[in-house]
Amino acid sequence: MKQLQIAARNIFRNVRRSVMTISAIMVGAIAILLFGEFFMQIIRGLQTNFVIQSGHISIFKTGYFDFGSGNPGAYGIKNYEEVLATITNDFELKPLINVATPTINLFGIAGNFEVEASKTFFGKGLIPVDFNKMSKWDEHNLKYGDVRKPSVMSSVDETHGIVGVGLAKILGLCEKLKLKKCSQIPAKSKKAEANLSARNFGDLGKEDLVNEKVAIEPEKPRLDLLAATASGAPNVVSFFVDEASQQGVKEYDDAFVGMNFKLAQQLLFGRSEKQATGVVLQLNHTDDMDKVRIRLNSIFKEKNWDLEVRDLLELQPFYKQAVGMFTSIFSFIAVIMAVIVLFTVVNTMTMSVMERTNEIGTLRAIGVKRKGITEQFVLEGSILGMIGASLGIILGSIIGTMVNHSGFMWLPPGQAEAIPLRVLTTGVSGIIFSIWLGLVIMATVAAWIPARRASKMKVVDALGHI
Amino acid sequence: MSLIQNSAQNNTVVFEKVFKTYQMGEVLIPALKNISINIPKQKFTMILGPSGSGKTTLLNLIGCLDQQTSGRIEVCGSDVSRLTDDEISEFRAKNIAFIFQNFNLIPVLSAYENIEYPLILLGMNPSERRERTLSMLSSVGLVDHANHRPNQLSGGQKQRVAIARALVKQPGLVLADEPTANLDSKTGASIIELMHNIQEKFGATFVFSTHDPQLISHAEQTFRICDGEILNETTASKGGSQ
Repeated sequence: MKQLQIAARNIFRNVRRSVMTISAIMVGAIAILLFGEFFMQIIRGLQTNFVIQSGHISIFKTGYFDFGSGNPGAYGIKNYEEVLATITNDFELKPLINVATPTINLFGIAGNFEVEASKTFFGKGLIPVDFNKMSKWDEHNLKYGDVRKPSVMSSVDETHGIVGVGLAKILGLCEKLKLKKCSQIPAKSKKAEANLSARNFGDLGKEDLVNEKVAIEPEKPRLDLLAATASGAPNVVSFFVDEASQQGVKEYDDAFVGMNFKLAQQLLFGRSEKQATGVVLQLNHTDDMDKVRIRLNSIFKEKNWDLEVRDLLELQPFYKQAVGMFTSIFSFIAVIMAVIVLFTVVNTMTMSVMERTNEIGTLRAIGVKRKGITEQFVLEGSILGMIGASLGIILGSIIGTMVNHSGFMWLPPGQAEAIPLRVLTTGVSGIIFSIWLGLVIMATVAAWIPARRASKMKVVDALGHI
Repeated sequence: MSLIQNSAQNNTVVFEKVFKTYQMGEVLIPALKNISINIPKQKFTMILGPSGSGKTTLLNLIGCLDQQTSGRIEVCGSDVSRLTDDEISEFRAKNIAFIFQNFNLIPVLSAYENIEYPLILLGMNPSERRERTLSMLSSVGLVDHANHRPNQLSGGQKQRVAIARALVKQPGLVLADEPTANLDSKTGASIIELMHNIQEKFGATFVFSTHDPQLISHAEQTFRICDGEILNETTASKGGSQ
């Protein structure tokens, strides 16, 4: 106790130097904290986007993940309804799952022949109720919904759906969808206009055409979607765009078509047996991915189903890369800050040892052991670290809160539109404690170096030091 | 039974053919040459000599702050050359106290806390510590200055605190290295008198070094040292030389 008292008093013997040291530790703590919270925000933002888009886990027919994009129809899951029922009724999985829904991924060409525009698209066949529920997933309480209205798919009409804003622009839907900040497609030539009807996809692939029942709805812009069926024949459906919504990643936004699951089935499988190319699971908590994956594999093995399980990291390699990149940058910054703290505290404690050499000699003469001298200086370094880290955490948290309320917008990597500049201030107690502990340990280690030198001084030399 | 074992029974410090040599680069500097002395228990012993004569080196060896180059030293019945660094620290904490020329108080501790500190090292319980510390403060007449830090005390007051710190643990041996050198003559005389009174009260062995021959009258035994050698040893009755 006396040692602690002496250490605390010694710290304020040279107030200016101690304040400078504490400031250096504090700045280190603020920098690491804000960078950490900022990176966490980006990573969790990316995770939220990806989980909304593709869930945490997808179940495919074996081989689909590697080869399915070339011919998705060939990798359909025929018993997808049984698979879904098994999963949603499983006592272990049920509480972990937010949404379990069949999906169809397909590729094709979307055309808006009113403006003579077409574009390859990536289509997702979704059950609207499930899609709408998935859009609201916000495990990390990021509240992007406050600034970005989640898309809503119509469950009334199977022919209606949504497209990415980028695709809407490319296909000249800005005006009809009343999109803001939407650059107009260049005006088509009269010659092209004259040829318009001849180039309508509706004239192609009549073998599997199954959209006879589709009624033309003048209020919503119509697209013709062309894709190859499982048997390889071209197939076309009419698709009405209810709205365009940002899809986060630009490449995805420029190609996304979210259509009703049944319409996607019609497009991909025509008149043949209706299947799904995957079953998507969105979990309540991302941390449960491994648990769910293990359970699913166990069920599939037990049922002898030829299915494979892929998780978020496999489905969205960009996410894994981004996490890796941000972790590297954060580690680098943390190391730099730690080194600064180390040198600052070493410098401070070395000065302190030099100034107090005579005092060290006195303490040793009175009977304090070498260990006691080391402990004394190490304790002082620890206290400096604790004060600096604590103040840094407090100040960093205040700055973080101010940033979150600043209203600044920015465009994070992989995003198609600006979002509010925020740092993650909730659910980061683990990070805060790690930073605090790391800096205190660093300050302690830094103090130990001169402390050890102090303890090894010869008593007579220390007493003779002026 | 050797000579040193026999003499240790009556003496607090026994030196037998002790040499101490310092190495300055490639040059060897002899600081003490063939010192053989006995410092009797519970006496007020003075080591007198000019600056650079080896007084401090001799005190450092007696106080186990340094090690001899050769020879044998026994302090309070222990051959200290055989002890480890930690054992020597414990030995000092229990048996030896120092009063320095520059007072050497811990600047961040109050007078009370400075006096109390050696008792903490001995692991004494708080109530006994408090009792002893207050008693020592009273003995040196600084009860009113108990909460003053060293920088709030005069030179004489600091030395009184240092004396109290040295004696609070009731050591067998108190070493004072020119305790009056940084004090005016009046204060110096009062400090010597205080040391003398306390030495009588507690019965400790006091060894102090000085270059001031006027203080010789206070000593019961005097060793004159010059160029690292003991020139003579004088034993005096209380208050004057014999």
